[in-house]
Amino acid sequence: MPNHDFYGPGRIIMTIVAAMCLRIAPWPAAVVPFNPDWVLLVLIYWGLTLPERVGIFHAWFFGLLTDVLTGRLLGQYALAYSLVIYICLKLHKRLRQFPLLQQELFIFFCLLLSQLLLFLIKNLQNPAQLHAAFWIPVFTGTLFWPVVYFALRFVNLARSLK
Amino acid sequence: MDAIGNFFERCGILNKLLGNSGWGYQSRSCTIKLLFATGPSINTRLLVAVITSIALLVTEHNNQQLDKLRSFLSFVVDPLKYLVSVPTNLLQNASDTIRTYASLKEENQKLHESQLIHQTRLLKLEALEKENIRLRALLDNSFKLGEQVLVAEILSVKAAPFEHIVTVNKGTRFGVHPQQPVLDANGVVGQVFRSQPLTADIMLITDLNHAIPVEVNRNGLLTIAVGSGNLNQLILPYLPNNADIHPGDLLITSGLGGTFPQGYPVAVVDQFTSQPNKPFASITATPKAQLDRNRELMIVWSNAAPIPLTGKPANETTEEKQHAQP
Repeated sequence: MPNHDFYGPGRIIMTIVAAMCLRIAPWPAAVVPFNPDWVLLVLIYWGLTLPERVGIFHAWFFGLLTDVLTGRLLGQYALAYSLVIYICLKLHKRLRQFPLLQQELFIFFCLLLSQLLLFLIKNLQNPAQLHAAFWIPVFTGTLFWPVVYFALRFVNLARSLK
Repeated sequence: MDAIGNFFERCGILNKLLGNSGWGYQSRSCTIKLLFATGPSINTRLLVAVITSIALLVTEHNNQQLDKLRSFLSFVVDPLKYLVSVPTNLLQNASDTIRTYASLKEENQKLHESQLIHQTRLLKLEALEKENIRLRALLDNSFKLGEQVLVAEILSVKAAPFEHIVTVNKGTRFGVHPQQPVLDANGVVGQVFRSQPLTADIMLITDLNHAIPVEVNRNGLLTIAVGSGNLNQLILPYLPNNADIHPGDLLITSGLGGTFPQGYPVAVVDQFTSQPNKPFASITATPKAQLDRNRELMIVWSNAAPIPLTGKPANETTEEKQHAQP
């Protein structure tokens, strides 16, 4: 098997694992509410750049892992991630043409959709307990999209150079 | 051979890792992807994913059947928690290593003194315990034995904001199970909320979803202390305006409800405001346990079955040890 073929999925998995680590990292208490959904950002990137590699079921599986990681009810991140990746796969050809700023708008709506689903599920469990700060990760995630984009593009291009 | 090579090239390791039966069509669609899409369309896949997720959500919300799946997946995910808490642990270890001889000696002396004091108190405690058993036997009452503890270290992981849940490095492998009480040196910390093979999640008493039955140590007034969402505050929402409770009163576990053993300090009342226009007073309390400064917690196995009147405490203790460390 050629080397680069082995590396592709390996790198995707490595970046997602790194995102999961960032997700649960022991940030100071003041930063925790701002911590964006890194796993979803990374999945969106791979969904847009390698739509033939990253499918809905991959997103679903990593969503399930995120559920276990953050101790949620099983299936809620899986649901949110597979929906968002579905949209990414549908629109990836158009979105690749967009400048970064327009991409940001799209990312914002993706994150909002995901957070909205989590909100609805959380609300079904025990209503009216959520902070307004629950919505902050949507905005910080949008802000961090360029960082994720360039970091992962570096990873992706380093692969093709090899 | 060429076809097989092509197959692997297109589908990659990820598909191989993830699936067996259900993933066949995707492999096929990969191989001929460029011309025709075969297998279920992307819409169908989304439908399958959504339905499975909702099925999982509903199942787990209603019963415990998915615990096995969760603990299986936690084998993949829990090493990450250990990995993430490595830097913090290293930092703490480093700061432990680079300490001066003088400070160590001073600390050693202090510990010696406090150990001596505690030891003498314990001497008395044993006599008191015996006396208590004897007195209870006179009263035709049964006696509950002490508890067995397991020390667990907190992993420095922040899984979810707005929730006071910490993760410790002991799980079902050490026999930790949900609803076990958790203590530190000063008082009640919380209870085990979910246990996985390698880790366990502990809900602190200050979590919004947590409530603990307590009694006022001074007069035995029973009530419930509810978490406020702040790490340094509990709320006592169910006491009337004329309740006999003052700032400074110690709240201890009442043992009602069966989760927490009776008699452990929980909090100290710090504010009592009567609200004449409302049925209940507004009372807040400060937890005794140092909820944000602990590195180690004690998970408790309490022996719920009372010892019979003529029981021999020595035998019970050994039995309980076996129970606690299976």
